[in-house]
Amino acid sequence: MKFLFKGGRVIDPKNKRDERCDLLVERGKIVQVGKHLSPNGSQVIDADGLWVVPGLMDMHVHLRQPGREDKETILTGSRAAAKGGFTSVLPMANTDPVVDNRGAVEFLLSEAKRVGLVNVFPVAAVTKGLKGEELSEIGELASVGCVALSDDGKPIHNAKLMRHALEYAAMFGLPIIAHEQDPSLFEGGVMHEGYTSTVLGLRGIPSVCESIMVARDIELVKFVGGKVHFAHVSSERSIELIREAKRQGLAVTCETAPHYFSLTDKDISCFDANFKMNPPLRSEEDVEAVKKALKDGTIDCIATDHAPHTEQEKDTEFDAAPFGIIGLESSLGLCLSLVHTGVLTPSELVSRMSLAPATLLGLPKGTLSIGMDADITVIDPDETWTLRSEDFESKSKNSPFVGRTLKGRAKITMVSGRIVMKDGKITKGD
Amino acid sequence: MTRWTRKDLLGLEELSEKEIRLVLETARSFKEISARPIKKVPTLRGKTVVNLFFEPSTRTRVSFELAAKRLSADAMHIAVQGSSLAKGETLKDMARNIEAMKVDILVMRHPSPGSCHLLARSLKSSVVNAGDGSHEHPTQGLLDMMTIQEKKGKLEGLKVSIIGDILHSRVARSNLWGLLKLGAEVTLCGPKTLLPVECGRLNARTTCDLEEAIAGADVLNILRVQLERQQGCLFPSIREYAQKFCITPERLRKAKKDLLILHPGPMNRGVEIAPEVADGPYSVILDQVTNGVAVRMAVLFLVSQVNRAKEERDEVSV
Repeated sequence: MKFLFKGGRVIDPKNKRDERCDLLVERGKIVQVGKHLSPNGSQVIDADGLWVVPGLMDMHVHLRQPGREDKETILTGSRAAAKGGFTSVLPMANTDPVVDNRGAVEFLLSEAKRVGLVNVFPVAAVTKGLKGEELSEIGELASVGCVALSDDGKPIHNAKLMRHALEYAAMFGLPIIAHEQDPSLFEGGVMHEGYTSTVLGLRGIPSVCESIMVARDIELVKFVGGKVHFAHVSSERSIELIREAKRQGLAVTCETAPHYFSLTDKDISCFDANFKMNPPLRSEEDVEAVKKALKDGTIDCIATDHAPHTEQEKDTEFDAAPFGIIGLESSLGLCLSLVHTGVLTPSELVSRMSLAPATLLGLPKGTLSIGMDADITVIDPDETWTLRSEDFESKSKNSPFVGRTLKGRAKITMVSGRIVMKDGKITKGD
Repeated sequence: MTRWTRKDLLGLEELSEKEIRLVLETARSFKEISARPIKKVPTLRGKTVVNLFFEPSTRTRVSFELAAKRLSADAMHIAVQGSSLAKGETLKDMARNIEAMKVDILVMRHPSPGSCHLLARSLKSSVVNAGDGSHEHPTQGLLDMMTIQEKKGKLEGLKVSIIGDILHSRVARSNLWGLLKLGAEVTLCGPKTLLPVECGRLNARTTCDLEEAIAGADVLNILRVQLERQQGCLFPSIREYAQKFCITPERLRKAKKDLLILHPGPMNRGVEIAPEVADGPYSVILDQVTNGVAVRMAVLFLVSQVNRAKEERDEVSV
């Protein structure tokens, strides 16, 4: 099957391309990019006024399967990803059972293949059972297809263990994705510690809770090498530390999530637990710092931390509700606001959402180079639409953005030359 | 005359100055009922009030119960041990079940901030916050203001110092909002570790210096040290707290002669307040308790009028 994307704005930061041209896909690969390509028997997709970009990658999602299929499954999570314009996702290992062994990885991969929508690249646990005690069999996990390691959700408190994890994982070239949070500073907290937590009487999570561990792991990387990727960075001070570490040439990278540049702790005034996530929504200063760091590249990429929870779990006392919100279907619309408000250029945004995560993970994705898998997202940057709870493909609806009007959305998601989403409809056809 | 339009009373932060004055005036008119030989009026006859308490309480619970009974409402108390979630039932389900028994007013105390807001959103019954974690305790704030106004004749321009564990105190928060709206000047005083972050933005003076908080103050509202909330590292010991922050006769030597001492109770005598002060001439602590019943009668009355007005409208439209 051949497809010709005709007349779109092709944005491919890897090849420094941002121009109106055509793109030809054949047998699942990108075969030609240029002006006035002839259809030659291919299906023509009119991309006039649309962006044609390398498929978006979300390197931080929770698909909940196995264990909490009431919240999400590989199928529903893949559908949500496709709808949001993502061609690749990296599910975190904190399922039940934990992805800390070959069998669990093989299950994920085979289930993802059966679903057949988007690429699923498993992240395995750093430690067995996420217990923070013994290393998982990292070598075997790498050999069966894990692309990174993380105890996300259960930060690694033990500095010695983290040191050895870095050393050991480096043999296999795997980065450790670190959820940074000091346990004692975190204890009992449910929102950012600041004026709003003072007014609401909710227990605060100070921003130093994150930055103190960022500082520790920068020190460890400096000491033993290895690669750390800081997950969902939320605070200004963490960003400063990472900026400085990068200046020193250390192998550290980081991501943020759309909510950390779209909302602040002030938005929690109604005690709605759909605004409860970890790290918490922070101050306006933090939001500004996140935007600045996205611009200057201190923050490499945007990931959603898509964290589905059931309605009854979230529609409860703020203290009792679990942390986390879904993000796959709102991410692109929120991220495009960075372009509409002049924070990022279109090319920079595509880099943060596609090229950068692929590069830091060493995956052959994120570009529209000839010969690459045809993972392509077609975006209408200007369409305004309203995020509605009933439209989610995700099994869960826990989003603070429901009801918000967004500008820009994915029109087509193509994975390896197959259209898996078109105009909001999930398709499996080729 | 201001009209009360709220189905619920969740906090003082969202009330206007006029609404607060309305509650206080209504409370003043109800106070006399409790002084009669027959302490009962038929105002809320046929209404049902349920006290749903997830934290132990004597004073507030009895106060609400008496308030309801003196207005002839049927009142009952449910004490829930621990979280409702422990049994697997959500708070909302539990409240909906109670509502299904046609309860008019739910008075709730709960350790979680915002839990009353959660119920208010999902129930047609009125919800009255009797303390939600460290967030608000609006009827306590109102009864404190009623007591001050009664003794001083006004609240405008008075200097009120709230002393103690501000961090965990719902009483401090409700007092702060109410007092500021009615024109008082508020000082928050406590050890640095018990002053919440960024409380400097609250339009109140904050200080760790007890002498400063006492000097020139018209009112001291002394908070209970909540031993159960100290997490082991907020202050070194009760002994040291008492040494540094206990309100003693010596510390009051330079205080104004017409100072009022308030305490929301229950007191830790000798910790945050010396017995001589608690029982001394400045103390209006028992007046607070008396006024508490009047304030709660006023609140139950006002919120019940909103749903009653709606019921009558509905009947007309049928």
